[in-house]
Amino acid sequence: MRNLIKDKAVVGEDDWTLLRLKAEIPEGTEGAEPQAADKPETVAVPAGKVIVPLAVWQAQKSTLQSRNDVGVWFASDERPEALKDDVANLPIIAVDFPKFADGRGYSIAYNLRARHGYTGELRAVGDVLRDQLFYMQRVGFNSFAVRADRDVNDALKGLSDFSETYQQSWDRKNPLFRRVDRQAAAPK
Amino acid sequence: MYRYDQYDHQIVKERIAQYRDQVRRRLSDELAEDEFRILRLQNGLYMQRHAYMLRIAVPYGLLASNQMRMFAHIARKYDRGYGHFTTRQNIQFNWINLEESPDILAELATVEMHAIQTSGNCIRNTTSDELAGVAADEIIDPRPYAEIIREWSTFHPEFAYLPRKFKIAINGAVEDRAATAVHDIGLHVIKNEQGEVGFRVMVGGGMGRTPILGSVICEFLPWQHVMTYLEAILRVYNQYGRRDNIYKARIKILVKAIGIDEYRRQVEQEWQDIKDGPGTLTQEELNRVAAYFTMPAYETLPPTDAAFEQKKAEDKAFGNWLKRNVKAHKVPGYAAVVLSLKKTGLPPGDATDKQLDFMADLADKYSFGELRVTHEQNVVLSDVKISDLYTVWQEAKCQGLATPNIGLLTDIICCPGGDFCSLANAKSIPIAEAIAERFDNLDFQHDIGDIELNISGCINACGHHHVGNIGILGVDKDGAEWYQVSLGGAQGNKAAIGKIIGPSFSAHQMPTVIERVLQVYVRDRIEDERFIDTVQRVGVAPFKEHVYATPIKAAQATGEDAYA
Repeated sequence: MRNLIKDKAVVGEDDWTLLRLKAEIPEGTEGAEPQAADKPETVAVPAGKVIVPLAVWQAQKSTLQSRNDVGVWFASDERPEALKDDVANLPIIAVDFPKFADGRGYSIAYNLRARHGYTGELRAVGDVLRDQLFYMQRVGFNSFAVRADRDVNDALKGLSDFSETYQQSWDRKNPLFRRVDRQAAAPK
Repeated sequence: MYRYDQYDHQIVKERIAQYRDQVRRRLSDELAEDEFRILRLQNGLYMQRHAYMLRIAVPYGLLASNQMRMFAHIARKYDRGYGHFTTRQNIQFNWINLEESPDILAELATVEMHAIQTSGNCIRNTTSDELAGVAADEIIDPRPYAEIIREWSTFHPEFAYLPRKFKIAINGAVEDRAATAVHDIGLHVIKNEQGEVGFRVMVGGGMGRTPILGSVICEFLPWQHVMTYLEAILRVYNQYGRRDNIYKARIKILVKAIGIDEYRRQVEQEWQDIKDGPGTLTQEELNRVAAYFTMPAYETLPPTDAAFEQKKAEDKAFGNWLKRNVKAHKVPGYAAVVLSLKKTGLPPGDATDKQLDFMADLADKYSFGELRVTHEQNVVLSDVKISDLYTVWQEAKCQGLATPNIGLLTDIICCPGGDFCSLANAKSIPIAEAIAERFDNLDFQHDIGDIELNISGCINACGHHHVGNIGILGVDKDGAEWYQVSLGGAQGNKAAIGKIIGPSFSAHQMPTVIERVLQVYVRDRIEDERFIDTVQRVGVAPFKEHVYATPIKAAQATGEDAYA
């Protein structure tokens, strides 16, 4: 994947690829060749480092789990519970943001980390833009595939929009009031 | 009231830098309008019919006099000399230039204010009782909790892109003055039988297209758990709230779809992970915040004052004002004064720069420098000595802020409507003005007594028409503006959704419609019965019958049914 930020630095490109299932294009669709929809059970998973849809993982788990170069990605309407037995063995998990106003991925990420104890690389993919990165890193993402038409160096700045936060999340396990002494400012 | 410490200042300062850069990127086209829209909305900047509107947060309605003066300054320097107080206790300015909006935020920061999360699909400003801390019927002062929720919800990383906007209201008195039943989450601070403090939590209330009263999800939540429990409610909503249809995206639709018991079960399940975790509120933190809401330096005063009593007896106009605009206070010798922003002939909730400055001066002179915005779009001086009331009345009168109509027919709740708002189907301010003019006679208004007339220019219900005793909703029919009337709505402890009486009316018919509704009330009321009590006793039918009995002559337009 390209346009990549990882652990607060621009890494440019890495050799993970993202497998997306092809949707059906019916006969007679203007400007497109018809195609059949990929099926999770039968779609061919290429060799090499590949991040597959959750449905493909679930359908082909018996063969895929013997490989150590397969990761899984969540669509925004899928649930982190689906991977609760697998998180310890996956080298990478990604969460797709179909549009940046779709905020479900933040809760998926938080619960993957907080509830299911996932400690590996967690990548935001899809409509990933500079102004979301601060929140994304707070809920547990440590890698970001910035949308292809955007400057990844500019997007990196989004990670440092704020130096302080009120509430706890994955990045800061304690809220501000447990981390610092705010009493000093209160009136007598 | 709450004051920023270094952390609050830093967070707001960094927000301004972030927003200033977003504006710069928009102006240089690095950001597409579709992307920028979502970002600016989370900062209260809203494209309206003519210009940008900037909505500034007034956390739980509480204001210091220097903050009110800042509004006057913004009105003069960046707007057209006035601001509009909203039903969510905020203020908005209607004529803002995008390029200047970061500078306005920088000016606001100097008085510890911001516009964070005043719009957009995120957790909005938490609203509360305008008499919090002074009300005679208060159980627990809700303000420290409101501030704690403000901090918790500000830039919450997980809940900035919810399915839809999310509004929390909190009340700590016997009477619910915060309309908690029509909020996404309504909190009541209460004590249990052991005297411990906690919250009764309601969820899934709302107005808009589908008005629903909130359901109780937790009868008693100990105060320590408020933030983790809210987090659990939001996490369930963020994952399961509908995102395919903007009109079905509020939490109320989800709660209604799966039922309150199932929603509660899911929340409890989410909560198990985080309950008693680091998000649990500590006594130290509660004390820190509560220390900002101590009582001001009240004098020890007798319950009343001889000169005051004499004026009250002699001056009928003063008496009327006392009856309507002055509220009981828990400290002897003090009262809370409501400054009416509902003078006939002016848009409800509007105040000029001069009035804003004047209200700040009044607060400094007579009320410890504090003011509160009410969700009925008026302003309260919460701590006025009874011996000062006559002077305050006279001064307020000179500025057009002493109309003795609080809770009366002309104390209309009204959204900006089609004159400003691009969502509106119909104008609302001219309807409010026409009704106020028709019933300008104060003796008549006082005879009618307590009544709530609420007007919304569209189904989004910013004017709270569903909970108005008389609710008026602007609707669009074949490109023309029409008004639908409902009766029997109520806010407070006996919250209810009004019932539509029949086919809608043209703007010109509206004053007569209201007149006929009131005729039925005057005819059918028993002794001291309030309007709402009569409606609830006799039902909507007699009103409907009388209103539609004969055609109402329309000056210009004609109606959608045979009567018009």
